[in-house]
Amino acid sequence: MSDQSSAATGEFEREPIPDSQLKGWKSFLGMYAGEHAAGTEFMIGPLFLTAGVSAFDLIAGLFVGNLLAVLSWRYVCATVSTEVRLTLYYKLEKICGKNLVTIYNLANGILFCFLAGSMITVSATAVGIPFNMKMPGLNDTLPNGPLWIIIVIAIGAVISLVAAKGYNAVSRFANIASPWMVLVFVACGLVALRQLNVSSFGEFWAIWGEGGEPFPGQIKYTFWHVVFFSWFCNAAMHIGMADMSVFRYAKKASSGWMTAAGMYIGHYLAWICAALLYAVFLQSPEAVAMLANGEAPPVSPGPMAYNAVGIAGIIVVIVAGWTTANPTIYRAGLAFQAIAPKMSTFAITIVAGTLATIAGIFPAFAMQLLGFVATYGFILAPIGAVIVFDHYFSRKAGLTTDYAEKRGSNFNIAVLLAWVLSIGTFYAISELNGIFLSFLTLPAWIACGVLFLLLSKLTQRA
Amino acid sequence: MSKIFKFIGLAGLILTIVPSFLYLTGSTTLDSHKQVMLIGTVLWFISAPIALKKKENS
Repeated sequence: MSDQSSAATGEFEREPIPDSQLKGWKSFLGMYAGEHAAGTEFMIGPLFLTAGVSAFDLIAGLFVGNLLAVLSWRYVCATVSTEVRLTLYYKLEKICGKNLVTIYNLANGILFCFLAGSMITVSATAVGIPFNMKMPGLNDTLPNGPLWIIIVIAIGAVISLVAAKGYNAVSRFANIASPWMVLVFVACGLVALRQLNVSSFGEFWAIWGEGGEPFPGQIKYTFWHVVFFSWFCNAAMHIGMADMSVFRYAKKASSGWMTAAGMYIGHYLAWICAALLYAVFLQSPEAVAMLANGEAPPVSPGPMAYNAVGIAGIIVVIVAGWTTANPTIYRAGLAFQAIAPKMSTFAITIVAGTLATIAGIFPAFAMQLLGFVATYGFILAPIGAVIVFDHYFSRKAGLTTDYAEKRGSNFNIAVLLAWVLSIGTFYAISELNGIFLSFLTLPAWIACGVLFLLLSKLTQRA
Repeated sequence: MSKIFKFIGLAGLILTIVPSFLYLTGSTTLDSHKQVMLIGTVLWFISAPIALKKKENS
Protein backbone atom coordinates (compact mmCIF):
# COMPACT_ATOMS: atom_id res chain seq x y z
CA MET A 1 0.00 0.00 0.00
CA SER A 2 1.16 3.45 -0.82
CA ASP A 3 -0.16 6.91 -0.77
CA GLN A 4 2.55 8.38 -2.93
CA SER A 5 0.25 8.54 -5.89
CA SER A 6 -1.76 11.22 -4.16
CA ALA A 7 1.20 13.52 -4.03
CA ALA A 8 0.41 17.08 -4.77
CA THR A 9 2.23 18.12 -7.87
CA GLY A 10 2.49 21.75 -6.94
CA GLU A 11 1.03 22.83 -10.29
CA PHE A 12 -2.42 23.92 -11.41
CA GLU A 13 -3.66 23.61 -7.86
CA ARG A 14 -6.47 26.09 -8.33
CA GLU A 15 -7.32 25.69 -12.00
CA PRO A 16 -8.29 22.84 -14.32
CA ILE A 17 -5.42 21.11 -16.10
CA PRO A 18 -4.94 22.58 -19.60
CA ASP A 19 -5.08 20.14 -22.54
CA SER A 20 -1.37 20.66 -23.26
CA GLN A 21 -0.47 19.16 -19.88
CA LEU A 22 -2.54 15.98 -20.17
CA LYS A 23 -0.69 12.67 -20.00
CA GLY A 24 -1.21 9.30 -21.66
CA TRP A 25 -1.71 5.95 -19.93
CA LYS A 26 2.02 5.10 -19.87
CA SER A 27 2.71 7.83 -17.31
CA PHE A 28 0.31 6.19 -14.89
CA LEU A 29 1.49 2.62 -15.53
CA GLY A 30 5.04 3.23 -14.25
CA MET A 31 3.91 5.41 -11.37
CA TYR A 32 1.41 2.93 -9.92
CA ALA A 33 3.62 -0.12 -10.60
CA GLY A 34 6.46 1.41 -8.57
CA GLU A 35 4.54 3.12 -5.82
CA HIS A 36 2.56 0.17 -4.54
CA ALA A 37 5.60 -2.02 -3.92
CA ALA A 38 6.50 -0.14 -0.75
CA GLY A 39 7.55 -0.61 2.85
CA THR A 40 4.04 -1.44 4.02
CA GLU A 41 4.05 -4.58 1.86
CA PHE A 42 6.70 -6.17 4.13
CA MET A 43 4.27 -5.95 7.05
CA ILE A 44 0.91 -6.61 5.39
CA GLY A 45 1.89 -9.88 3.64
CA PRO A 46 3.07 -11.59 6.85
CA LEU A 47 0.14 -10.27 8.85
CA PHE A 48 -2.22 -12.30 6.64
CA LEU A 49 -0.47 -15.43 7.92
CA THR A 50 -0.99 -14.32 11.51
CA ALA A 51 -4.72 -14.04 10.71
CA GLY A 52 -4.90 -17.76 9.91
CA VAL A 53 -6.04 -17.20 6.34
CA SER A 54 -6.40 -20.21 4.01
CA ALA A 55 -4.65 -20.53 0.62
CA PHE A 56 -7.86 -20.11 -1.40
CA ASP A 57 -9.04 -17.19 0.70
CA LEU A 58 -5.70 -15.42 0.27
CA ILE A 59 -5.02 -16.10 -3.41
CA ALA A 60 -8.60 -15.70 -4.67
CA GLY A 61 -9.52 -13.03 -2.13
CA LEU A 62 -6.59 -10.83 -3.09
CA PHE A 63 -7.41 -11.31 -6.77
CA VAL A 64 -11.02 -10.21 -6.33
CA GLY A 65 -10.28 -7.42 -3.84
CA ASN A 66 -7.57 -5.90 -6.00
CA LEU A 67 -9.84 -6.12 -9.05
CA LEU A 68 -12.54 -4.20 -7.15
CA ALA A 69 -9.93 -1.59 -6.15
CA VAL A 70 -8.89 -1.19 -9.80
CA LEU A 71 -12.54 -0.83 -10.85
CA SER A 72 -13.03 1.82 -8.13
CA TRP A 73 -10.06 3.78 -9.45
CA ARG A 74 -11.21 3.39 -13.05
CA TYR A 75 -14.94 4.07 -12.77
CA VAL A 76 -15.12 6.36 -9.74
CA CYS A 77 -11.86 8.25 -9.29
CA ALA A 78 -10.53 8.48 -12.85
CA THR A 79 -13.96 9.17 -14.37
CA VAL A 80 -14.76 12.08 -12.05
CA SER A 81 -11.16 13.35 -12.17
CA THR A 82 -11.10 13.61 -15.97
CA GLU A 83 -14.45 15.43 -15.94
CA VAL A 84 -13.51 17.85 -13.14
CA ARG A 85 -9.70 18.12 -13.58
CA LEU A 86 -9.13 19.69 -10.16
CA THR A 87 -7.29 18.52 -7.03
CA LEU A 88 -9.31 16.91 -4.27
CA TYR A 89 -8.53 19.86 -2.01
CA TYR A 90 -9.71 22.54 -4.41
CA LYS A 91 -12.83 20.60 -5.37
CA LEU A 92 -13.62 20.06 -1.69
CA GLU A 93 -13.07 23.73 -0.99
CA LYS A 94 -15.66 24.56 -3.66
CA ILE A 95 -18.20 22.21 -2.10
CA CYS A 96 -17.59 22.62 1.61
CA GLY A 97 -15.48 25.73 2.14
CA LYS A 98 -11.95 26.43 3.31
CA ASN A 99 -12.49 25.78 7.01
CA LEU A 100 -13.88 22.30 6.50
CA VAL A 101 -11.02 21.41 4.18
CA THR A 102 -8.76 22.37 7.09
CA ILE A 103 -10.46 19.77 9.30
CA TYR A 104 -10.04 17.17 6.54
CA ASN A 105 -6.38 18.16 6.26
CA LEU A 106 -5.88 17.73 10.00
CA ALA A 107 -7.36 14.19 9.91
CA ASN A 108 -5.34 13.41 6.80
CA GLY A 109 -2.11 14.80 8.28
CA ILE A 110 -2.42 12.88 11.56
CA LEU A 111 -3.16 9.60 9.75
CA PHE A 112 -0.22 10.23 7.40
CA CYS A 113 2.04 10.67 10.46
CA PHE A 114 0.92 7.33 11.93
CA LEU A 115 1.50 5.62 8.56
CA ALA A 116 4.96 7.17 8.27
CA GLY A 117 5.64 6.10 11.87
CA SER A 118 4.89 2.48 11.02
CA MET A 119 7.38 2.71 8.14
CA ILE A 120 10.05 4.07 10.49
CA THR A 121 9.34 0.99 12.63
CA VAL A 122 9.84 -1.25 9.57
CA SER A 123 13.16 0.45 8.72
CA ALA A 124 14.28 0.12 12.36
CA THR A 125 13.97 -3.67 12.16
CA ALA A 126 16.62 -3.60 9.41
CA VAL A 127 18.90 -0.96 10.93
CA GLY A 128 18.83 -2.83 14.25
CA ILE A 129 20.31 -6.04 12.81
CA PRO A 130 24.02 -5.06 13.13
CA PHE A 131 23.33 -3.94 16.72
CA ASN A 132 21.74 -7.28 17.59
CA MET A 133 18.66 -5.36 18.65
CA LYS A 134 15.71 -7.22 20.15
CA MET A 135 12.84 -7.03 17.65
CA PRO A 136 9.39 -5.88 18.78
CA GLY A 137 6.77 -8.59 19.31
CA LEU A 138 3.56 -8.88 17.31
CA ASN A 139 1.44 -7.71 20.22
CA ASP A 140 3.90 -5.12 21.56
CA THR A 141 2.51 -1.64 21.92
CA LEU A 142 5.39 -0.08 23.86
CA PRO A 143 9.10 0.09 22.89
CA ASN A 144 11.12 -2.89 24.12
CA GLY A 145 14.23 -0.99 25.22
CA PRO A 146 16.44 2.08 24.90
CA LEU A 147 18.25 0.74 21.80
CA TRP A 148 14.96 0.52 19.91
CA ILE A 149 14.07 4.10 20.87
CA ILE A 150 17.52 5.41 19.87
CA ILE A 151 17.39 3.69 16.46
CA VAL A 152 13.85 4.88 15.74
CA ILE A 153 14.72 8.46 16.73
CA ALA A 154 17.85 8.38 14.56
CA ILE A 155 15.92 7.10 11.52
CA GLY A 156 13.05 9.49 12.17
CA ALA A 157 15.45 12.45 12.43
CA VAL A 158 17.16 11.60 9.13
CA ILE A 159 13.87 11.01 7.30
CA SER A 160 12.32 14.20 8.68
CA LEU A 161 15.32 16.33 7.76
CA VAL A 162 15.48 14.93 4.24
CA ALA A 163 11.73 15.41 3.79
CA ALA A 164 12.00 18.98 5.06
CA LYS A 165 14.97 19.78 2.83
CA GLY A 166 13.36 18.66 -0.38
CA TYR A 167 10.78 16.27 -1.67
CA ASN A 168 12.09 16.02 -5.23
CA ALA A 169 15.35 14.23 -4.44
CA VAL A 170 13.52 11.56 -2.46
CA SER A 171 10.89 11.17 -5.13
CA ARG A 172 13.66 10.75 -7.70
CA PHE A 173 15.45 8.17 -5.56
CA ALA A 174 12.16 6.28 -5.04
CA ASN A 175 11.64 6.13 -8.80
CA ILE A 176 15.15 4.76 -9.30
CA ALA A 177 14.74 2.19 -6.55
CA SER A 178 11.30 0.89 -7.53
CA PRO A 179 12.20 -1.58 -10.37
CA TRP A 180 14.95 -3.01 -8.20
CA MET A 181 12.63 -3.21 -5.18
CA VAL A 182 10.02 -5.19 -7.14
CA LEU A 183 12.72 -7.68 -8.20
CA VAL A 184 13.99 -8.02 -4.63
CA PHE A 185 10.44 -8.79 -3.47
CA VAL A 186 10.27 -11.54 -6.12
CA ALA A 187 13.75 -12.81 -5.17
CA CYS A 188 12.70 -12.98 -1.50
CA GLY A 189 9.68 -15.06 -2.50
CA LEU A 190 11.74 -17.45 -4.66
CA VAL A 191 14.36 -17.98 -1.95
CA ALA A 192 11.64 -18.52 0.62
CA LEU A 193 10.06 -21.19 -1.60
CA ARG A 194 13.32 -23.15 -1.59
CA GLN A 195 13.73 -22.68 2.16
CA LEU A 196 10.21 -24.03 2.59
CA ASN A 197 11.10 -27.03 0.37
CA VAL A 198 8.36 -26.13 -2.09
CA SER A 199 8.73 -27.95 -5.40
CA SER A 200 5.17 -28.05 -6.69
CA PHE A 201 2.08 -25.89 -6.78
CA GLY A 202 0.44 -28.26 -4.28
CA GLU A 203 3.24 -27.64 -1.78
CA PHE A 204 2.96 -23.89 -2.36
CA TRP A 205 -0.78 -24.11 -1.70
CA ALA A 206 -0.12 -26.13 1.46
CA ILE A 207 1.81 -23.22 3.04
CA TRP A 208 -1.56 -21.70 3.90
CA GLY A 209 -3.62 -24.86 3.32
CA GLU A 210 -7.06 -24.72 4.87
CA GLY A 211 -5.98 -21.90 7.15
CA GLY A 212 -5.93 -22.12 10.90
CA GLU A 213 -6.56 -20.33 14.11
CA PRO A 214 -5.28 -16.76 14.15
CA PHE A 215 -2.23 -16.06 16.26
CA PRO A 216 -2.82 -14.73 19.79
CA GLY A 217 -4.11 -11.15 19.63
CA GLN A 218 -5.09 -11.36 15.93
CA ILE A 219 -8.50 -11.82 14.31
CA LYS A 220 -9.37 -14.62 11.88
CA TYR A 221 -9.46 -13.58 8.21
CA THR A 222 -11.87 -15.27 5.80
CA PHE A 223 -12.19 -14.85 2.02
CA TRP A 224 -14.39 -11.79 2.56
CA HIS A 225 -11.94 -10.19 5.02
CA VAL A 226 -9.19 -10.49 2.39
CA VAL A 227 -11.46 -9.16 -0.38
CA PHE A 228 -12.66 -6.13 1.56
CA PHE A 229 -9.28 -5.37 3.10
CA SER A 230 -7.49 -5.40 -0.26
CA TRP A 231 -10.32 -3.42 -1.86
CA PHE A 232 -10.39 -0.71 0.77
CA CYS A 233 -6.82 -0.47 2.09
CA ASN A 234 -6.41 2.34 -0.46
CA ALA A 235 -10.00 3.54 -0.10
CA ALA A 236 -8.83 7.06 0.68
CA MET A 237 -7.15 7.14 -2.72
CA HIS A 238 -9.88 5.69 -5.00
CA ILE A 239 -13.40 6.11 -3.62
CA GLY A 240 -11.99 8.73 -1.23
CA MET A 241 -10.89 10.63 -4.36
CA ALA A 242 -7.40 11.63 -3.11
CA ASP A 243 -6.02 10.43 -6.45
CA MET A 244 -8.00 13.15 -8.22
CA SER A 245 -4.71 15.03 -7.85
CA VAL A 246 -3.13 12.39 -10.12
CA PHE A 247 -5.89 11.49 -12.59
CA ARG A 248 -6.80 15.10 -13.33
CA TYR A 249 -3.77 14.86 -15.66
CA ALA A 250 -5.12 11.81 -17.54
CA LYS A 251 -6.12 12.27 -21.18
CA LYS A 252 -8.76 9.59 -20.77
CA ALA A 253 -10.47 7.96 -17.78
CA SER A 254 -9.28 4.61 -19.13
CA SER A 255 -5.85 5.47 -17.64
CA GLY A 256 -7.45 4.30 -14.40
CA TRP A 257 -6.86 0.72 -15.55
CA MET A 258 -3.14 1.31 -15.02
CA THR A 259 -3.67 1.06 -11.28
CA ALA A 260 -3.86 -2.70 -11.94
CA ALA A 261 -0.07 -2.67 -12.26
CA GLY A 262 0.26 -1.37 -8.70
CA MET A 263 -2.37 -3.68 -7.30
CA TYR A 264 -1.16 -6.91 -8.86
CA ILE A 265 2.56 -6.25 -8.39
CA GLY A 266 2.43 -4.58 -4.97
CA HIS A 267 -0.73 -5.86 -3.37
CA TYR A 268 -0.61 -9.36 -4.82
CA LEU A 269 2.88 -10.46 -5.76
CA ALA A 270 4.73 -8.47 -3.07
CA TRP A 271 2.26 -9.37 -0.31
CA ILE A 272 2.53 -13.08 -1.14
CA CYS A 273 6.36 -12.89 -1.32
CA ALA A 274 6.48 -11.11 2.05
CA ALA A 275 4.13 -13.74 3.50
CA LEU A 276 6.50 -16.46 2.28
CA LEU A 277 9.38 -14.81 4.16
CA TYR A 278 7.34 -14.97 7.35
CA ALA A 279 6.39 -18.60 6.63
CA VAL A 280 10.13 -19.40 6.62
CA PHE A 281 10.57 -17.65 9.95
CA LEU A 282 7.65 -19.60 11.43
CA GLN A 283 9.62 -22.81 10.85
CA SER A 284 12.56 -21.56 12.93
CA PRO A 285 13.06 -23.10 16.42
CA GLU A 286 12.51 -19.65 17.95
CA ALA A 287 9.09 -19.22 16.31
CA VAL A 288 8.06 -22.83 16.97
CA ALA A 289 8.89 -22.36 20.67
CA MET A 290 6.92 -19.13 20.82
CA LEU A 291 3.88 -20.72 19.21
CA ALA A 292 4.14 -23.66 21.60
CA ASN A 293 4.03 -21.17 24.49
CA GLY A 294 0.93 -19.51 23.04
CA GLU A 295 2.86 -16.43 21.93
CA ALA A 296 2.72 -14.78 18.50
CA PRO A 297 6.10 -14.78 16.69
CA PRO A 298 7.16 -11.24 15.75
CA VAL A 299 6.92 -9.87 12.22
CA SER A 300 10.36 -8.34 11.67
CA PRO A 301 10.89 -7.42 8.01
CA GLY A 302 14.61 -6.66 8.44
CA PRO A 303 15.74 -10.06 9.78
CA MET A 304 13.32 -11.91 7.45
CA ALA A 305 14.66 -10.21 4.32
CA TYR A 306 18.28 -10.51 5.54
CA ASN A 307 17.82 -14.23 6.03
CA ALA A 308 16.58 -14.62 2.45
CA VAL A 309 18.72 -12.26 0.38
CA GLY A 310 21.48 -11.00 2.68
CA ILE A 311 22.64 -7.39 2.75
CA ALA A 312 20.38 -6.57 -0.23
CA GLY A 313 17.53 -7.53 2.09
CA ILE A 314 18.60 -5.00 4.73
CA ILE A 315 18.92 -2.36 2.02
CA VAL A 316 15.49 -3.10 0.54
CA VAL A 317 13.72 -2.87 3.90
CA ILE A 318 15.42 0.44 4.72
CA VAL A 319 14.81 1.84 1.23
CA ALA A 320 11.20 0.62 1.11
CA GLY A 321 10.45 2.07 4.54
CA TRP A 322 12.28 5.30 3.83
CA THR A 323 10.78 5.95 0.38
CA THR A 324 7.30 5.40 1.82
CA ALA A 325 7.81 7.39 5.02
CA ASN A 326 9.52 10.33 3.40
CA PRO A 327 6.80 11.55 1.02
CA THR A 328 4.21 10.67 3.64
CA ILE A 329 5.86 13.02 6.16
CA TYR A 330 6.21 15.66 3.48
CA ARG A 331 2.52 15.33 2.60
CA ALA A 332 1.51 15.41 6.27
CA GLY A 333 3.51 18.63 6.54
CA LEU A 334 1.59 20.10 3.60
CA ALA A 335 -1.70 19.09 5.19
CA PHE A 336 -0.70 20.76 8.47
CA GLN A 337 0.52 23.84 6.63
CA ALA A 338 -3.02 24.50 5.48
CA ILE A 339 -3.87 24.84 9.19
CA ALA A 340 -0.82 26.95 10.08
CA PRO A 341 -0.01 28.78 6.84
CA LYS A 342 2.44 31.15 8.53
CA MET A 343 4.85 28.34 9.47
CA SER A 344 7.54 27.54 6.92
CA THR A 345 7.39 24.26 4.98
CA PHE A 346 10.65 23.24 6.67
CA ALA A 347 9.31 23.83 10.19
CA ILE A 348 5.95 22.18 9.60
CA THR A 349 7.57 19.13 7.97
CA ILE A 350 9.83 18.78 11.01
CA VAL A 351 6.71 18.89 13.22
CA ALA A 352 5.10 16.16 11.09
CA GLY A 353 8.34 14.14 11.16
CA THR A 354 8.51 14.44 14.95
CA LEU A 355 4.95 13.16 15.27
CA ALA A 356 5.77 10.27 12.91
CA THR A 357 8.93 9.44 14.87
CA ILE A 358 7.00 9.40 18.15
CA ALA A 359 4.45 7.08 16.50
CA GLY A 360 7.32 4.91 15.20
CA ILE A 361 8.65 4.38 18.72
CA PHE A 362 5.45 2.51 19.50
CA PRO A 363 5.46 -0.69 17.41
CA ALA A 364 1.68 -1.04 17.69
CA PHE A 365 1.09 1.00 14.51
CA ALA A 366 3.25 -1.32 12.41
CA MET A 367 2.25 -4.56 14.13
CA GLN A 368 -1.44 -3.71 13.82
CA LEU A 369 -1.01 -2.34 10.30
CA LEU A 370 -3.96 -4.30 8.88
CA GLY A 371 -6.28 -2.63 11.38
CA PHE A 372 -4.68 0.77 11.02
CA VAL A 373 -4.83 0.77 7.21
CA ALA A 374 -8.49 -0.33 7.34
CA THR A 375 -9.24 2.55 9.76
CA TYR A 376 -7.34 5.04 7.61
CA GLY A 377 -9.43 4.17 4.54
CA PHE A 378 -12.64 4.09 6.57
CA ILE A 379 -12.19 7.61 7.98
CA LEU A 380 -11.10 9.40 4.80
CA ALA A 381 -13.09 7.58 2.08
CA PRO A 382 -16.54 9.08 2.86
CA ILE A 383 -15.28 12.55 1.95
CA GLY A 384 -14.90 11.21 -1.60
CA ALA A 385 -18.61 10.37 -1.60
CA VAL A 386 -19.37 14.07 -1.11
CA ILE A 387 -17.48 14.88 -4.32
CA VAL A 388 -19.04 11.99 -6.27
CA PHE A 389 -22.59 12.69 -5.12
CA ASP A 390 -22.20 16.42 -5.70
CA HIS A 391 -20.89 15.71 -9.21
CA TYR A 392 -23.55 13.22 -10.28
CA PHE A 393 -26.64 13.84 -8.16
CA SER A 394 -26.78 17.41 -6.85
CA ARG A 395 -28.34 18.92 -9.98
CA LYS A 396 -30.78 16.01 -10.34
CA ALA A 397 -31.83 16.58 -6.73
CA GLY A 398 -32.41 20.27 -7.43
CA LEU A 399 -29.35 21.29 -5.39
CA THR A 400 -26.60 23.79 -6.12
CA THR A 401 -23.27 22.17 -6.96
CA ASP A 402 -20.08 23.64 -5.50
CA TYR A 403 -22.34 25.26 -2.93
CA ALA A 404 -19.71 26.84 -0.67
CA GLU A 405 -18.01 28.60 -3.57
CA LYS A 406 -21.26 29.95 -4.97
CA ARG A 407 -22.47 31.11 -1.55
CA GLY A 408 -19.05 32.46 -0.54
CA SER A 409 -19.19 30.20 2.53
CA ASN A 410 -16.17 28.86 4.41
CA PHE A 411 -18.01 26.05 6.12
CA ASN A 412 -20.69 23.76 4.68
CA ILE A 413 -22.29 22.17 7.72
CA ALA A 414 -24.07 19.56 5.54
CA VAL A 415 -20.71 18.04 4.58
CA LEU A 416 -19.35 17.97 8.13
CA LEU A 417 -22.51 16.36 9.52
CA ALA A 418 -22.66 13.80 6.70
CA TRP A 419 -19.00 12.84 7.26
CA VAL A 420 -19.11 12.71 11.06
CA LEU A 421 -22.49 10.95 11.25
CA SER A 422 -21.56 8.30 8.69
CA ILE A 423 -18.18 7.38 10.15
CA GLY A 424 -19.43 7.74 13.74
CA THR A 425 -22.44 5.49 13.18
CA PHE A 426 -20.63 2.76 11.28
CA TYR A 427 -17.60 2.83 13.59
CA ALA A 428 -19.97 2.33 16.53
CA ILE A 429 -21.65 -0.56 14.67
CA SER A 430 -18.22 -2.09 14.09
CA GLU A 431 -17.14 -1.73 17.71
CA LEU A 432 -20.41 -2.85 19.28
CA ASN A 433 -20.90 -5.88 17.04
CA GLY A 434 -17.28 -6.81 16.44
CA ILE A 435 -17.64 -6.30 12.67
CA PHE A 436 -14.43 -5.97 10.61
CA LEU A 437 -14.13 -2.25 9.79
CA SER A 438 -13.41 -2.70 6.05
CA PHE A 439 -16.83 -4.39 5.69
CA LEU A 440 -18.38 -1.05 6.65
CA THR A 441 -16.29 1.28 4.48
CA LEU A 442 -18.68 1.08 1.52
CA PRO A 443 -21.86 1.48 3.63
CA ALA A 444 -20.26 4.51 5.34
CA TRP A 445 -19.29 5.95 1.93
CA ILE A 446 -22.83 5.56 0.54
CA ALA A 447 -24.40 6.86 3.78
CA CYS A 448 -22.15 9.92 3.67
CA GLY A 449 -23.17 10.68 0.07
CA VAL A 450 -26.89 10.24 0.76
CA LEU A 451 -26.73 12.24 4.02
CA PHE A 452 -24.88 14.99 2.18
CA LEU A 453 -27.72 15.27 -0.34
CA LEU A 454 -30.45 15.14 2.33
CA LEU A 455 -28.76 17.65 4.62
CA SER A 456 -27.97 19.90 1.65
CA LYS A 457 -31.70 19.93 0.86
CA LEU A 458 -32.31 21.31 4.34
CA THR A 459 -29.42 23.76 4.51
CA GLN A 460 -29.73 25.08 0.94
CA ARG A 461 -33.47 25.62 1.43
CA ALA A 462 -32.75 27.51 4.66
CA MET B 1 27.83 6.70 -22.98
CA SER B 2 24.20 6.55 -21.92
CA LYS B 3 23.90 3.09 -23.51
CA ILE B 4 26.76 1.81 -21.38
CA PHE B 5 25.06 2.89 -18.15
CA LYS B 6 21.76 1.42 -19.36
CA PHE B 7 23.56 -1.85 -20.04
CA ILE B 8 25.22 -1.82 -16.60
CA GLY B 9 21.83 -1.07 -14.99
CA LEU B 10 20.19 -3.93 -16.86
CA ALA B 11 23.03 -6.23 -15.84
CA GLY B 12 22.46 -5.09 -12.24
CA LEU B 13 18.78 -6.01 -12.40
CA ILE B 14 19.59 -9.39 -13.99
CA LEU B 15 22.13 -10.11 -11.26
CA THR B 16 19.50 -9.12 -8.69
CA ILE B 17 16.86 -11.58 -9.83
CA VAL B 18 18.57 -14.49 -11.64
CA PRO B 19 20.49 -15.88 -8.63
CA SER B 20 17.20 -16.43 -6.77
CA PHE B 21 15.95 -18.62 -9.65
CA LEU B 22 19.23 -20.52 -9.58
CA TYR B 23 18.91 -20.99 -5.82
CA LEU B 24 15.33 -22.17 -6.25
CA THR B 25 16.46 -24.84 -8.72
CA GLY B 26 19.38 -25.85 -6.51
CA SER B 27 22.01 -24.58 -8.97
CA THR B 28 23.71 -22.26 -6.49
CA THR B 29 24.19 -21.87 -2.75
CA LEU B 30 22.44 -19.32 -0.56
CA ASP B 31 25.71 -17.50 0.17
CA SER B 32 26.65 -17.20 -3.52
CA HIS B 33 23.15 -16.00 -4.31
CA LYS B 34 23.38 -13.30 -1.64
CA GLN B 35 26.78 -12.11 -2.88
CA VAL B 36 25.76 -11.91 -6.54
CA MET B 37 22.53 -10.14 -5.59
CA LEU B 38 24.51 -7.52 -3.66
CA ILE B 39 26.74 -6.95 -6.70
CA GLY B 40 23.59 -6.51 -8.81
CA THR B 41 22.21 -4.04 -6.29
CA VAL B 42 25.41 -1.97 -6.31
CA LEU B 43 25.51 -1.95 -10.14
CA TRP B 44 21.89 -0.80 -10.33
CA PHE B 45 22.27 2.04 -7.83
CA ILE B 46 25.47 3.26 -9.49
CA SER B 47 24.23 3.14 -13.08
CA ALA B 48 20.50 3.95 -12.87
CA PRO B 49 20.86 7.52 -11.52
CA ILE B 50 23.52 8.33 -14.14
CA ALA B 51 21.50 6.79 -17.00
CA LEU B 52 18.42 8.70 -15.83
CA LYS B 53 20.31 11.98 -15.63
CA LYS B 54 21.78 11.50 -19.09
CA LYS B 55 18.31 10.71 -20.47
CA GLU B 56 16.90 13.87 -18.87
CA ASN B 57 19.77 16.00 -20.20
CA SER B 58 19.37 14.67 -23.71
